[in-house]
Amino acid sequence: MNELDPLHYPVRRHGMDHDRYAWSMLSTRKPVHWPGGKTLALWVNVGMQFFPMNPQKKPLSVAGNMTMPYPDLRHYSLRDYGNRVGIQRLLKAFDRYGVKPTFAFNTRLAERTPALLRQVLERGDEISCHSWSMDTAHAGGLDPAAEAELVKRSIGGLRTLTKREIRGWISPGKLQSAATPELIKTEGIDWCGDWVNDDMPYSFRTDHGPLWAMPLSTELEDRFVLMDNLHSAQSWAEQVSDACDLLLKEAATEGGRILSLSLHPWVLGQPHRIKYLEQAMEYITAQPQVWSAHASTILDAFTAQQ
Amino acid sequence: MREDTGYYDYWPYQNRPKIRWPGGARLAFWVAPNIEFYELNPPANKFRAAWPTPSPSIPGYSIRDYGNRVGHVRQMQLLDKYGIRGSISLSAALCEHHPEIIAMCRERNWEFFSHGIYNTRYTYGLSEAEERAMILDSIETIERHTGKKPAGYLAPALSHSEVTIDLFAELGGLYTCDLFHDDQPTPLKVRSGKPFVSVPYSLEMNDTIAYVVNKVEPRLYGQMLKDNFDRLYAEGAESGTVMCIPTHNYQVSCPHRLKAFEEALEYITGHSDVWVTTGREIAEHYLQHHYAAATASIAGAAA
Repeated sequence: MNELDPLHYPVRRHGMDHDRYAWSMLSTRKPVHWPGGKTLALWVNVGMQFFPMNPQKKPLSVAGNMTMPYPDLRHYSLRDYGNRVGIQRLLKAFDRYGVKPTFAFNTRLAERTPALLRQVLERGDEISCHSWSMDTAHAGGLDPAAEAELVKRSIGGLRTLTKREIRGWISPGKLQSAATPELIKTEGIDWCGDWVNDDMPYSFRTDHGPLWAMPLSTELEDRFVLMDNLHSAQSWAEQVSDACDLLLKEAATEGGRILSLSLHPWVLGQPHRIKYLEQAMEYITAQPQVWSAHASTILDAFTAQQ
Repeated sequence: MREDTGYYDYWPYQNRPKIRWPGGARLAFWVAPNIEFYELNPPANKFRAAWPTPSPSIPGYSIRDYGNRVGHVRQMQLLDKYGIRGSISLSAALCEHHPEIIAMCRERNWEFFSHGIYNTRYTYGLSEAEERAMILDSIETIERHTGKKPAGYLAPALSHSEVTIDLFAELGGLYTCDLFHDDQPTPLKVRSGKPFVSVPYSLEMNDTIAYVVNKVEPRLYGQMLKDNFDRLYAEGAESGTVMCIPTHNYQVSCPHRLKAFEEALEYITGHSDVWVTTGREIAEHYLQHHYAAATASIAGAAA
């Protein structure tokens, strides 16, 4: 038998077929309680993204990247629209409804747009690292030494630019190479939002000590719902309120839950869509059991009870 | 390669012998949760790639793991609420990986049928002997862990050979979910000549087909389920129909999708002439009461 034998199953055993985390059903875990007696934590993640007009697409291209022959002015500028105009609409919506967003920055964007970075820094919201740019996919096939340099440059650079502790990491397209978890742990990252296999945080093994996996839904992400599924913005808002209802109901008996919303200024920041973000924020924040908090604050409240 | 499946002859819907379900029901309703295990690093199959991105393919792998960690219990609680026993389309290796899920389903007297070993191991490229060994492994694994030999088959990831259904019948199976040619059970011609049936499973109602392939909005999916039921329920008064909702815990159990599914379950089970049942019970009832008449009718239709 070799490993290409279609009937050979080398890791057919109890638990997972890898050793990154323990097999655990959410329903069997200790209930969690959020501060102030709240039952549903709202984590709003805003992707602060830079899509270079000259992408290398190595080892691959993530969603939202340039697709036309160079120079792809249309996609470059449409993404840039989010950082100039769309983001302002998102920020107004968050402030109007008392939502505390966490901003996942491509370090290259923070470097290129100091005014935007300053505006975000002045808000006092959490900033996490989203790699160097949307053209730096951490995926199988990336040279390990190059990835180590990329991770170091992205996290170190963002710390220098923000003068902040950077605790969280989200890879472009939520892709990872086999080495990504070790590399971000080495750079002092506490939590990672790439794996979408849970609704609550869990401990994730690396060779250099554990990370926390934070649950950031792709299925409910604005870009996924609108651009991949081609649903309307109105449907997105309905899906968010339906998710909010379900999680609140479950949290009433099973312990605290997290509603994570991954948003993109270049998607929901458009004039014809922003109303639906506002409706979603209005619906969620009208629920008395909802606690809007930064990702690391939610994680700290969780880990304090473990 | 053949021009058609070879498993059945043309047999139009009208003028068939009427199917009478237990209790005088006009529609047999079953829910088939696919409880699957996808491998992070499966061996390469030259006919079909398991994952769209290079290994490790985190997006695809992790959302499927969500189904087992989070989604399963959510859907199970819903089926409990509406008095539905799931008919599980089971990746047999899940018996080894996640026996905790198997135990919960056994407690509820749910049905387990075979969906291969892993949903990342395809039938494509297997020799007949290898496919037989794979199917037999799945049957024996499920019997060992659940106490009962599976009666039904749905090929892993719907990957088939020309003899998939023949092999499953020879290994003692009663029914298959692999064919989508009808809204009623139909006899199939298998090479062993054993009585064997196709039980309607429905790709159209399958949540993964609806959400991932057809990109249906969650609330519309709920409406599709109700519309599908309404027509089959009406026709069932004359013909006797089957409606299946095939589900996946990583799709239908996501927080933004469960409500629409629940509304459909509440609607369907709120009707009086519905037999809420399992795939095996449909197959057994059909084989016992309707198989002979159907076979005769098919012979007449061909004449």
